[in-house]
Order: sequence, then structure tokens, then C-alpha cells
Amino acid sequence: MKRVFPILWALTALLLAYSTYQALVVAPTEQTMGDVQRIFYYHVPSAWTAFCLFFANLFASVAYLIWKNSKADALAVASAEVGVVFCTIVLITGPIWARPVWGIWWTWDIRLTTTLVLWLIYVSYLVLRRFSDTAQTPILAAVLAIFGALDVPLVYFSIWFFRTQHPQPVMGKGGSLAPPMLHAFLINLLAFSVFGVMVCWTRYRLEVLRREVEQAQAMDSLLGSETSEKVSLPLGRSAR
Amino acid sequence: MSSFWSATIATLVKDIRLEWRSKDALNAMLFFSLLVVVIFSFSFNPSAEESRAIAGGLVWVAFLFATVVALNQTWAREIRNQVLDAYRVSPAPPNSLFLAKVLGNFIFVAILEAVMTPLFIVFYNLRALGPAWQLIPVAVLGTWALVVNGTFFAALSLRTRSREIMLPLLLFPISIPAIQGMVEATRILLAGDGSARFWIVLLLTYDVVFTTASLALFGTVLHAE
Repeated sequence: MKRVFPILWALTALLLAYSTYQALVVAPTEQTMGDVQRIFYYHVPSAWTAFCLFFANLFASVAYLIWKNSKADALAVASAEVGVVFCTIVLITGPIWARPVWGIWWTWDIRLTTTLVLWLIYVSYLVLRRFSDTAQTPILAAVLAIFGALDVPLVYFSIWFFRTQHPQPVMGKGGSLAPPMLHAFLINLLAFSVFGVMVCWTRYRLEVLRREVEQAQAMDSLLGSETSEKVSLPLGRSAR
Repeated sequence: MSSFWSATIATLVKDIRLEWRSKDALNAMLFFSLLVVVIFSFSFNPSAEESRAIAGGLVWVAFLFATVVALNQTWAREIRNQVLDAYRVSPAPPNSLFLAKVLGNFIFVAILEAVMTPLFIVFYNLRALGPAWQLIPVAVLGTWALVVNGTFFAALSLRTRSREIMLPLLLFPISIPAIQGMVEATRILLAGDGSARFWIVLLLTYDVVFTTASLALFGTVLHAE
């Protein structure tokens, strides 16, 4: 595994470089929106990756509640953190695109609002993990993740009704993409998914290692100091 | 089943008796929401027409903040003298404790709303243009939505550092659809434009979903070790 990991990362970097080239150079400039439309190649794949990671978080949380497996919890931490980062990218790139195209930074549109609420829920999830450092934290966090997942459809429906009551100018992407654009988009979708999985996997490995070191250190202080140098060497101070 | 309800009622009666003797939570909530009413009134200084449009939001934000004040006390009481630990080892079902806490908080918040609503009407010159009786189901369902999740998250944040700050941070994001439902329904009923049915159904769905989820997961949270 240790050997495969850098190779996978190198492949991911190559794929990302190729997809960036596709998005910025190969894909044709959009007629009405101009170059700002290219944000689309990053915005939508980031959203897709964030949502997939949040799903992964939900599955890991449920798995943790059923089997109490520490690795499921490590996956839950990793996917939530990386998911929040990708979701933040979505929420930042969206307004940058919207300002020149719609003329406004933000609107309480269904997708925007649902994404924002999802982001809020997962930030509160991370805050809970941060503020609670007892052994029960994984259980509490898993329970919160389930509550969050139950909440999202309700948010979606409430905004959907709200906005159909008060019609807004149509904000959908509309129409179909020209083939070169579709190509660039799909490459970026793939690249971002792979990138998201790799970051999440790295974070997961770090989390598992951190726990091992923590356990080793706890064992170490229980047994006394004579074995300390042998046990706590692998990651040393960086793990604390 | 009867032992479930007798445990629930015993806990509920105990909580009400404690509150009746101290009146800590109720007094704090009442004064707090009175302050919110006055400060909002100063900050927005609305006309009768405007206040119909914004009152739904103001009322529910005031009640939401006041509810958090009460919810923060609800479990803190059980931590002193290790009451919660005693409860954990007792054979009483965890859900009866949870249900008793929710019912207790519901009663306290309902009292708060009954006292504060006339004040809101006076300060903001409110008069409902829609079917006003529908405000009652909105209030009941909305209060239940706040209280059931609030009680659950108060229990969840019991073991965290600075738990009084934690509760709103956990409760508010999850409550967004419920708050939107209450505010929109109230606004529609006050301004008399259209039907509030969708929002009442939304609140009902929210209540059913989260009451079920809370009852299913409370035991896990209580016994989390």
C-alpha cells in the first residue's frame, strides 16, 4: 500500500493537469457568458465530489453506530472534513460566476440554499467533533450526521415550495452542452472525483495513524517510561 | 407499556415541581424574550403593514432564543449529584426520560408563548387578516419541532466543552426548515395571502421525522460510553 500510494497521487496530479488544460484551453469559450463560464468545470465537479463525500460520511456514521468500528469513524471524520472543503469551493466559485452572469452574488435559489444549509450542518458536525474530545465523540457525531441527513430533504422541499410560490428568473444551466464542453466537463468530473477520493483517503490514513500513535502513547504512559522511545518514535511530535 | 408511562409521568411531575419551586427557566425565558421584543421593536420601528410582514420572523426568533435558554438548563439539572448516572443504571427506559423532558420543555415554552403573544400583539399592532385559528396548530407543531430537537441536542452536547454554546450551534442548522415553516405559515396567516397548508404539513412531517429519530437514537446517546 505504501508504494502504491505515491503512484496513485502522481496519476491524480497528471489527470488534474490534463483536466485543467481541457477546461482552460481546449474547451471553447461560451458565446454569451465568455470566459467566466469556465468556472463551471470546477464548480459542478466540486459540488458532485462534496455530495459524494457527505454520502460517504452518512454511510460511515451508520456503519459506526452498528459495528462500533473505529475505522468507520476515521472515514466519517475524513469524509466530513474534505467534504466541507469541497463544499466551500462550491459556495465560493458560485458567486464569482453569478456576479457577472446573473448580476447578483447570491440568490435564495433552491440549489444554493440547500448547499448552504448542508455546509452549515457539516460545519456544526465538525464543531461538535472539535468541542468534544471524550470517547463518546464518535457516537455523538454519528448521531448528528444521521440527523443532518434527515434534514436535507426537508430543506429541499421547503425551499422548493418557497420558490415556486415566488417565481424567480430561471437560473438553470438549461440547454445542452456542446460536445467539446461536455468532454472537458466529464474529464473534470472524473479528475475532481479522483482527487476528492485521494484527499479523503490521505486524511483517513492520517486519522488512523494518529489514533494508533495516541493509543501507543497512552499504553506507553501506562507501562512507564522505559519503552517510550521505541513506541512514540514513528510520528513523534507531529502526531499530537 | 404502563411502566413506561408511569416513569415518564414521574419524571415530568418532578421537573414541573422543580420548576414551580425555583421558576428559574421560566423567569429567564420570559424576561429574555421580552428584551428581544423591545430591542427588535427599537431596531426596526415598523409600521402596522410592515410588522405583519416581519412579525412571523420576529416572534419565532424570539421564541427560538428563549427556548435555548430553557433547554440549556434542562439536563444541567440532572448532572448535579450524578442524577443522570443513576438514571442510566436504573431499569427505567431511556425514552421515557427523553419524552418527559420534551413534554416538560413543551409546557414551559407553551406558557412562554401564551404570555408573550399578547405582548407582541400590543407592541406591533398585529391583527391577523387570514384564518387566525390556524396559528394554533402552527404554534403547537412549531414548538414541538424546536423542543424535541432541542432536548435531544442538549443531551448530545452535555459531554462537550462549553456546552451552552454548543447547543445553538447544533440546533440551529438542523432547525432551518422548521423555522422557515413556522415563519412562513405565521406570515401567511397574518397577512392573509394564500393558504398555509403546505407549511403546516411540512412542520408535521418535520415533527414526525425527528421525533422518531430522537426516540430511536436517544438510548444510544444516553448510554454512549
